[in-house]
Amino acid sequence: MVEVNLWSGLRRFTDGELVVTVEASTIGEMLDALKAAHPGLAPVIDAGVSVAVDGEVIAANYALPVRPDSEVYLMQKLKGG
Amino acid sequence: MPKDELKSEYKLVGTRPDRPDGLDKVTGRARYGADFSMPGMLFAAVVRSPHAHAKILKIDASKALALEGVKAVVTRADFPDGLTGEDWNLQENTIANDTALYDGHAVAAVAATSALLARDAAKLIEVEYQVLPHVTDVDEAFAPGAPAVRPGSADHSVSSREVDLPDNVRHNVVREIEFGHGDVEAGFAEADLVREGTYKTEATHQGYIEPHACVGQMGADGRGEMWVCTQGQWFIRKFCAAVLGIEASGLRVTASEIGGGFGGKTTIFMEPLALALSRKAGGRPVKLVMTRSEVLRATGPTASASMDVKIGMKKDGTLTAARAVFRMQGGAFPGSPVDLALTCAFASYKLPNVEHIGYDILANRPKCAAYRAPGAPMGAFAVESLIDEMARELGLDPLDVRLKNAVAEGDKSSYGPTYNRIGLVEVLEATKAHPNLSVPLGPNQGRGVATGFWFNHGGETSVSVSVTEDGTATVSIGTPDIGGLRASIALMVAETFGIGYDDVRVNVVETGALGFNEPSHGSRATFASGKAAVTSAQSCIKQMCQRAADKWGIDAEAVEWVDGAAQPAGPNAGKFPPMTMKEIAETMGATGGPISGHNETTMDGVGASFGTHVVDVEVDPETGRTTILRYLVVQDAGKAVHPSYVEGQYQGGAVQGIGWALNEEYVYGKDGRLQNPIFLDYRVPVASDLPMIDTVIVEVPNPGHPYGVRGVGETGITPPLPAVANAIADAVGVRMKHLPMNPPKVLAAIKAKANG
Repeated sequence: MVEVNLWSGLRRFTDGELVVTVEASTIGEMLDALKAAHPGLAPVIDAGVSVAVDGEVIAANYALPVRPDSEVYLMQKLKGG
Repeated sequence: MPKDELKSEYKLVGTRPDRPDGLDKVTGRARYGADFSMPGMLFAAVVRSPHAHAKILKIDASKALALEGVKAVVTRADFPDGLTGEDWNLQENTIANDTALYDGHAVAAVAATSALLARDAAKLIEVEYQVLPHVTDVDEAFAPGAPAVRPGSADHSVSSREVDLPDNVRHNVVREIEFGHGDVEAGFAEADLVREGTYKTEATHQGYIEPHACVGQMGADGRGEMWVCTQGQWFIRKFCAAVLGIEASGLRVTASEIGGGFGGKTTIFMEPLALALSRKAGGRPVKLVMTRSEVLRATGPTASASMDVKIGMKKDGTLTAARAVFRMQGGAFPGSPVDLALTCAFASYKLPNVEHIGYDILANRPKCAAYRAPGAPMGAFAVESLIDEMARELGLDPLDVRLKNAVAEGDKSSYGPTYNRIGLVEVLEATKAHPNLSVPLGPNQGRGVATGFWFNHGGETSVSVSVTEDGTATVSIGTPDIGGLRASIALMVAETFGIGYDDVRVNVVETGALGFNEPSHGSRATFASGKAAVTSAQSCIKQMCQRAADKWGIDAEAVEWVDGAAQPAGPNAGKFPPMTMKEIAETMGATGGPISGHNETTMDGVGASFGTHVVDVEVDPETGRTTILRYLVVQDAGKAVHPSYVEGQYQGGAVQGIGWALNEEYVYGKDGRLQNPIFLDYRVPVASDLPMIDTVIVEVPNPGHPYGVRGVGETGITPPLPAVANAIADAVGVRMKHLPMNPPKVLAAIKAKANG
């Protein structure tokens, strides 16, 4: 199980929870599991998000692993100039 | 910083060789966007809306088409229907459908046998408009009674709930953002000093010297080619394909040399028009070169911002809580960088309690594009100005306050995750030690300090390295060279192979030659293309070791690569003289075939970058004019591969920020038209305005890159806005909260202060 920290604007889709736990071993599985557990998150995730795993912000690459002890944050999608 | 001051265990990485593209550029051989010409080529001109907001009732091109030499006219009717999301936004921004959304919005385009004829023909295209109410200011767009720019554009964050905003304001709010941690009210209660302020920044343009230019060719079969000035040829291909409804693989895109981009050339503006005109003109190539006025009116500036910040601080400077509420308009389309502005706003500080709220707002302005650390400079202006004001009020040194609260490895960031290895403390300590800080200041002179942050980005990356038949190396990269990339890649590849810098040729290649590449954006090119090039070179080395092992009849594991040659790994591996890369290359056709390595990945291992700027100014109390006396940039580069280019990035970021702080702004009239669409009236800093920008390269290596590289391109524009504001406050005691701080505004503030 992986603990996922959400941004506070998403609480209304998770019954007020800021940290949700899902079964996943990759970023992609984690996002799919989040959508399955909290369908209200689906439009947000489908519109594009970044994920921070153990301090590194990853704008894409859903194949990267997440471990049970990983620190995981869902973030606004990053882009640069 | 001279080369010998940079400690390095490397032979080449960290040195300053001549740029490989230097000769081409000084002799005029380098080909920029407008330099491409083809036989039978037509020239295009674009008809643009003179109104900020207007219904397009009728477009009549008959007079234009009657001119001899006019070959095609396109309108939105020549583009496919049914696009959604950002594809629709890009298409709508390329050419308006039934409504012009800003002054300069393209309405039609024409191709003719000469540029002059195309311009004449464009004037003959008659467009009938019904003018609609408009709004260009971010606060006015957010205010009750504002005209609705594009009702129904809000995303899930707004439409999924009843936000506490009036209906007409909701029309223009397309995205709402909220994140943070802790209990900010409790944090404010703990503070000895709580202050808040409202800050505004105006839209500025990236101001690249080279206007957008392309040549496009496309046949009736939907296949074509494009030569274009861009930061990312794959993005041009992807976006043009979407807007035109063709297959991406049908379009081959070659990037020209590029005269600046700063984020503004990571998307499309007029490129699909050239292709659509070509298709309609029987496949003849069409050249489209924007004027400066078109660049300013119709390509992406950055957003304008209105920002409320509240901060709690203890007497010793410790921050207890912070709140930011940012409103940004990014034109008539969703996508202002309010999210990134918030995420970066407090990133330099340890904050137990922090709250961020943001609104992405529509206005009748051009679609904003990325601009160097999108959003971060605006947020820094608000936050770093208030931190400075509070430090001064408490009698604390502004640098010490930043050091006291500075984040380091293991600290929780303001945006949530825990930092890995970062170099903010090292940057602040190097800043404190710099001699500029002990220069005495005279009357009306002041010193300002500010810190900035940028994430940096990895992104989709494909690179190929081949061992050339004479023992040199050829590298194919897909990220255009804006600021010295070819030199930096050559240094890293040469270092990896153990060959000379001049023995590596780096080419920026077209979209058919590699897998997908994101643009040179997000400060990623040297980091990501460099890392992929090193991985590719290491693959070549492995193959060359195998060739040597095969020749010597030993296991490949018993061969090592040292100083550009394969050699037995130890005495037990056998006694063979080293086999150089040249020797292996010369016989590779007979020993198994060509040797090349490649790497395709969405790059990980990104390292964030922090910087601190210190500026000394003198303000003329009679005119309000601010003169930059000296300017210092201190920034963590991880590892400076080519220090001259790193310094150039630092200096360039500072200069663009100084322009944003003091002069640059989009000025709209009451009619919603841009009043200053030329460089005479849109004033960017020139060399005579500025002293030499001093730089210090701090090197806290990024563990996610083989040579420790962090991106350096964007962080440098983040601190200048508040640094200059803080210096002006120090010089004449006025706190400027609305950019630009041009002479009339500063003079008015000085007079207001004198009048009590």
